[in-house]
Amino acid sequence: MDFNDTKEEAKFRKKCRDWLEKNATYKEDSTPQNDDFANKDKMKAAKAWQKKKYDAGWAMLHWPEEYGGIGASSMERIIWANEEAKFDVPKGIFEIGLGMCGPVMMEYASEEQKERYLPPMAEGKEIWCQLFSEPSAGSDVAGLRSKAVQKGDKWIINGQKVWTSGAHFSDYGILVVRHDPGIEKHKGMTFFFVDMKSPGIEIKPIKQITGGSSFNEVYFTDVEIPDSQRLGEIGDGWKVAITTLMNERLAVGDAGGADVEDAFRWAKTQDNLGEPLLNNKAARESIADWYCEKSGLKNTKLRTMSALSRGDTPGPEASITKIVSAGKLQNIGNFGIDSLDMAGMLRTDNNDVKGFQNAWLGAPGMRIAGGTDEILRNIIAERVLGLPQDPRADKGVAFKDIPSGNS
Amino acid sequence: MNLDFSDDQKFLQEEARKFLEKENSLLRNRTVLENQSYFDQELWSKIVELGWTGIRIPEEFDGLGLGHLELCVIAEELGRFLAPVPFSSSVYLFTEAIIKYGSEEMKKDLLPKLVSGDVIGTLAVTEDLFAPSQDNIKLSCESGKINGKKIAVPDASIATHALVVAKSEKGICLQIADLSHEGVSIEHQENIDESRGHFSITFDGVDTQAIGDDISGWDIYESIINQAAVLFAYEQIGGSQASLDMAVNYAKERYAFGRPIGSYQAIKHKLADMYIALTLAKSNCYYAAWALSTDSADLPSASATARVSAIKAYQLCSQENIQTHGGNGFTWEYDCHMFYRRSKLLSLNLGSLSNWREKLVTSLEQSNIN
Repeated sequence: MDFNDTKEEAKFRKKCRDWLEKNATYKEDSTPQNDDFANKDKMKAAKAWQKKKYDAGWAMLHWPEEYGGIGASSMERIIWANEEAKFDVPKGIFEIGLGMCGPVMMEYASEEQKERYLPPMAEGKEIWCQLFSEPSAGSDVAGLRSKAVQKGDKWIINGQKVWTSGAHFSDYGILVVRHDPGIEKHKGMTFFFVDMKSPGIEIKPIKQITGGSSFNEVYFTDVEIPDSQRLGEIGDGWKVAITTLMNERLAVGDAGGADVEDAFRWAKTQDNLGEPLLNNKAARESIADWYCEKSGLKNTKLRTMSALSRGDTPGPEASITKIVSAGKLQNIGNFGIDSLDMAGMLRTDNNDVKGFQNAWLGAPGMRIAGGTDEILRNIIAERVLGLPQDPRADKGVAFKDIPSGNS
Repeated sequence: MNLDFSDDQKFLQEEARKFLEKENSLLRNRTVLENQSYFDQELWSKIVELGWTGIRIPEEFDGLGLGHLELCVIAEELGRFLAPVPFSSSVYLFTEAIIKYGSEEMKKDLLPKLVSGDVIGTLAVTEDLFAPSQDNIKLSCESGKINGKKIAVPDASIATHALVVAKSEKGICLQIADLSHEGVSIEHQENIDESRGHFSITFDGVDTQAIGDDISGWDIYESIINQAAVLFAYEQIGGSQASLDMAVNYAKERYAFGRPIGSYQAIKHKLADMYIALTLAKSNCYYAAWALSTDSADLPSASATARVSAIKAYQLCSQENIQTHGGNGFTWEYDCHMFYRRSKLLSLNLGSLSNWREKLVTSLEQSNIN
């Protein structure tokens, strides 16, 4: 066991760091950025940074050179991400496109399409979004109902998507819709990519419990998509979507925000009945448990990296990341707010307090996005532990005959 | 980056697993538990023959001269199979103390005998029904002679020697006592896991040898405990994994309302939570194993992190394994209770969960995590 890079890894890390030091400045503290890309300047800065990375080959480093990458290994991607995270640079805005849409395009688009769409995606010139969830299809995404009807060499799309991050500033989106409700649920779907500026697309922001709006409802009214923008065969929509969702689970990862270091620092100075909060036994026990969770996740990641570094396939251990970190975020948010006693209800200018309140208000979203706690537990139980699936009321039945309650 | 065991270490672990499986370690554990026979002599002799008692002992003292990582993989298997032997007392606690703090003379005298099993060691610290601390140790030591009583000492009836935490005029000291001394009387104390015998020892004017200097006994004790916590944590994750495996297998085979109980989300989510707790603990154990094997300055916080998460994982896995087994899990006949008992025993033996959380936060305060 050791924590050192191999010779090649160390060389690569130095290369990353040298470039970053020339082109960016180190972060001053660990406070996560709250990027608001509705702000035009921030968007501009994010695009500029992405372009800079693209020109130097860092934007999608694992992609082949013809699409703007440098053919880097998984380990090199991790090293790059580790190094980039130390610098004060914009992030977040391209994650969906690069993390989920890119891999699907890479696997299913034609050569011509890949040459046309992948480089501008990597460069940050064109932003992509993902159109999967629907008002009546959340955890059960395959229950989606938006319709695609084939008409000559075009498809006509009608329906509604929801929880689409960044739809309002996206140029393209990947879309899964139902082409045949008369056959079995998982067989009746087809996958496309769509120009978000197409006539008939209407985008309405969703106001979240945090007050912010990073998601949208997207309405499709007689939107035309050329058949050439179909990804995979007719009826293969679910198979293609699964590729994307697997990438999403990897991309979502850690729930950022207030963490055990923040709780610890805060507890050292916060007054609790005349003493520092850190003298309180309950506070100390909570901090110990969060520290164990945080370091458990960190060391789990290191185990995954060790496998990648050896060129092996990592085990399933990374499947616990989001479930643990989102729950921890919620608990730490509650802890920080409670420590203010009656004043905890007040919005203040104190950055620590803001951090705890943001954690508390944002954590419910983290426990849902990219797979709810419950769905993730099912996945661990079925895929990792090998337990049998629940008996299902939606198998072997035409989609239109599946019970759907009032939704 | 390599936070993993080497192929040789994995091979050793595989061999240990095959051995304990073939030796029917679980059944042996049940027999010891039912007969209150304290340990399994035959299994212990075979383990000594395999050389496991000398894993960390240098070759010049007849040991195998291997490292802590090799000891960790063995510990995980002993934990998985609930091996009813005095290995942890003699190896994690006593032998490790001699290797780290013993004089050359002690090493020459004791280490070869620890390899051969002629010497079996243990650690005696607790005196009353509360946590021991450097302020409440009463057992006295005057010019090497000790007087007083220790309780809840593991394996004392088999052990030939004990490391005894004592109080002298100058402070806390750590003494090595030969348990064949006439002033020693040992009595069995019933405990919650009779597969691991625990005893009281009364010392009446027993001559002992000091280990380390005569004022830093408590620091040495803490350092031994910090090391041992990592090794015990490996036993704990071995036991957690065994409990989870039992529960998963049962949930696949047991039917209720016309389908396997493992197809119900109430059971799935329970088992997923067990997997999550175990994965966190296991990953923390890897880091702690690294810290132990390199004698890192991080060891106090790394071992506390490993122990806290391993206690939590084993408690959850062993109790929810019973729950998954329903009524069967509550019977003496099923093995579930043996893991439940062992998980509790191991959550107490080096100090409680609550006190280890406290140790962890104290170490964070000292290292200032932000």
